[in-house]
Amino acid sequence: MYRYDEFDAQFVAERVEQFRGQVARRLSGELNEDQFKPLRLMNGLYLQLHAYMLRIAIPYGTLSSKQMRMLAHIARKYDKGFGHFTTRTNMQFHWIRLVDVPDVLADLASVEMHCIQTSGNCVRNVTADQFAGATPEEIEDPRPLAEIIRQWSSLHPEFVFLARKFKIAVGATPHDRAALQWHDMAVEIVRNGHGQVGYKVIAGGGMGRTPYIAHVMSEFVEREDILAYLEAVLRVYNMDSRRDNIHKQRIKILINSIGPEEMRRRVAREFDEIKQTGTLQLPPEELARIAAYFAPPSFEKLPDVMPTGDADFENWKKASIHAHRAPGYAIATISLKAVGETPGDISADQMDVIADMMDAFSVGEIRVTHEQNLVLPHVRQRDLPQIHARLKAIGLATPNAGLITDIICCPGLDYCDLANARSIPIAQKIARRFADLRRQHDIGELKIKISGCINACGHHHAGHIGILGVDKKGVEFYQLQLGGSGAEDASIGDIMGPGFGEHEIADAVERVVNHYLKVRRDGERFLDTYRRLGMEPFKNVAYQEQLNAAYNG
Amino acid sequence: MAHPPASGPQMLTANCLKQGDVVYWKKGGWVLEFAEGEVFANPADANAALAAAEKFVTGNRVVAPYLFEVRVENGKVRPVKEREIIRGAGPSVRTDTGKQADHV
Repeated sequence: MYRYDEFDAQFVAERVEQFRGQVARRLSGELNEDQFKPLRLMNGLYLQLHAYMLRIAIPYGTLSSKQMRMLAHIARKYDKGFGHFTTRTNMQFHWIRLVDVPDVLADLASVEMHCIQTSGNCVRNVTADQFAGATPEEIEDPRPLAEIIRQWSSLHPEFVFLARKFKIAVGATPHDRAALQWHDMAVEIVRNGHGQVGYKVIAGGGMGRTPYIAHVMSEFVEREDILAYLEAVLRVYNMDSRRDNIHKQRIKILINSIGPEEMRRRVAREFDEIKQTGTLQLPPEELARIAAYFAPPSFEKLPDVMPTGDADFENWKKASIHAHRAPGYAIATISLKAVGETPGDISADQMDVIADMMDAFSVGEIRVTHEQNLVLPHVRQRDLPQIHARLKAIGLATPNAGLITDIICCPGLDYCDLANARSIPIAQKIARRFADLRRQHDIGELKIKISGCINACGHHHAGHIGILGVDKKGVEFYQLQLGGSGAEDASIGDIMGPGFGEHEIADAVERVVNHYLKVRRDGERFLDTYRRLGMEPFKNVAYQEQLNAAYNG
Repeated sequence: MAHPPASGPQMLTANCLKQGDVVYWKKGGWVLEFAEGEVFANPADANAALAAAEKFVTGNRVVAPYLFEVRVENGKVRPVKEREIIRGAGPSVRTDTGKQADHV
């Protein structure tokens, strides 16, 4: 893992003390709320529905066991004993008191964590493939580049007051686990025709009110030029974006209004200028220095023998285990989607046990996924029965990763000040409805994603089945979308039609899924069947109950 | 957030600056419980309370005060919007947290 150098440590410590002073000045009245709000937001502190919420950055979703224990400590001491992993792979605490925040930040700084740039119109937490450094599919570990991007974009003087927030992700495999095409900008590590490793850069993806899939900016950027190229994209965005209309301020709007060709032209012009100055070249020795922090652990020489066990273990293995680059090792996903619980929530006690397991089984490291699960990246296959047993003891052995009950869900109106409708109870209801594991296996890969408002923190546009909560005269309604994808076959879900009531939406989802089971062809996922048949047949069954009521009423 | 003019009864709410707690206006001060908050039958009284609350903003006691609509049914006061019901009680999915936790 990356470790702070003396400058990082000093900077974060100074920032904590600055904020301590700012809080003191706010409490004494020296600063009013209008003056204080931008300062607290720069430190990830929001005022939400019930209390202050603190959002903690987890760069590229990587946590050490020490950091996990600190999150448990904060949950216990300053919050209500639990935290929430977000779709940006951050952690949120929902019950923080303003007076405690400086101490929380100091505790975080002691384990090389902070909340800087988890809010505001700046480059947000950089995310990456959760299987980084472990999957045999990747060209190289994407985290060194993600760390370099993090360093470059942290307090970048040109980019701390962008028109809107800006999200970057990095991947290195053809199988996209980081929703690259939905980002403001993303980098895919690729190999060109000559076998040379470089970077494909895409930009202009995004969810929210106006969803777009990203466009290719460059198929291949040389290693040493990557920061210059990314800076060129951000510079064009910063200069040319609409600052006069909040709904048109993201880079996706700029690119889709001037067209990707024109955007590429402007970026190329800027890129040439930056290159001529020669100030942003990435020296190979610097890349190597950062990459050394992410050097693979020394794997033991182990036989590739996957252990077997009872039905519980086999089911968990089927859903949670992925192939590892080293023989005798595996990647283990920990689902935070126990049926009936809040997706992404984890208690302080669970965090402590997980931290111990990270030390015992996975070189002290874990990953947070944008699907709100955790991943132990380097576990010995022979340890899997023990890992499963320990997870089961703390209620985290739900064998549903990648299945219909592994639902992405934002906090919604239960916590969020911006939300129009609750999303968590809908996720819980659907999960209970499909709790039967045999039925889940029969359905296969089906990703449900739920947002409580159009901001789309729950990624509903990218759900095979997406659900958007809306407010209709104070009453919660839920729109269904079908056919979205956040993977390498990215697509924007189609809106089905009028929304369903709180008590109708799970039934509608079930009718859609049952229809899929009836009409699917061999080997087809829900998404494949939808793409083959289109909306109409699914719409007909989803609204069947409403039609019956209309005829019979 | 924008709040359209209301014709029905209203209450006044804000967040405590130091703790972040949701608070409700009651006769020139603030209480933690929704049930103890003051209900304004007419807009003039509600707006007067909102104006009076400003001194608690400038005095750094609360932030972001606003009025919200309630309805009175069988003598019981209830917010019109789901948002305010949840704000007054706590998350509907964690009844062990928020104000509702004290009533379990």
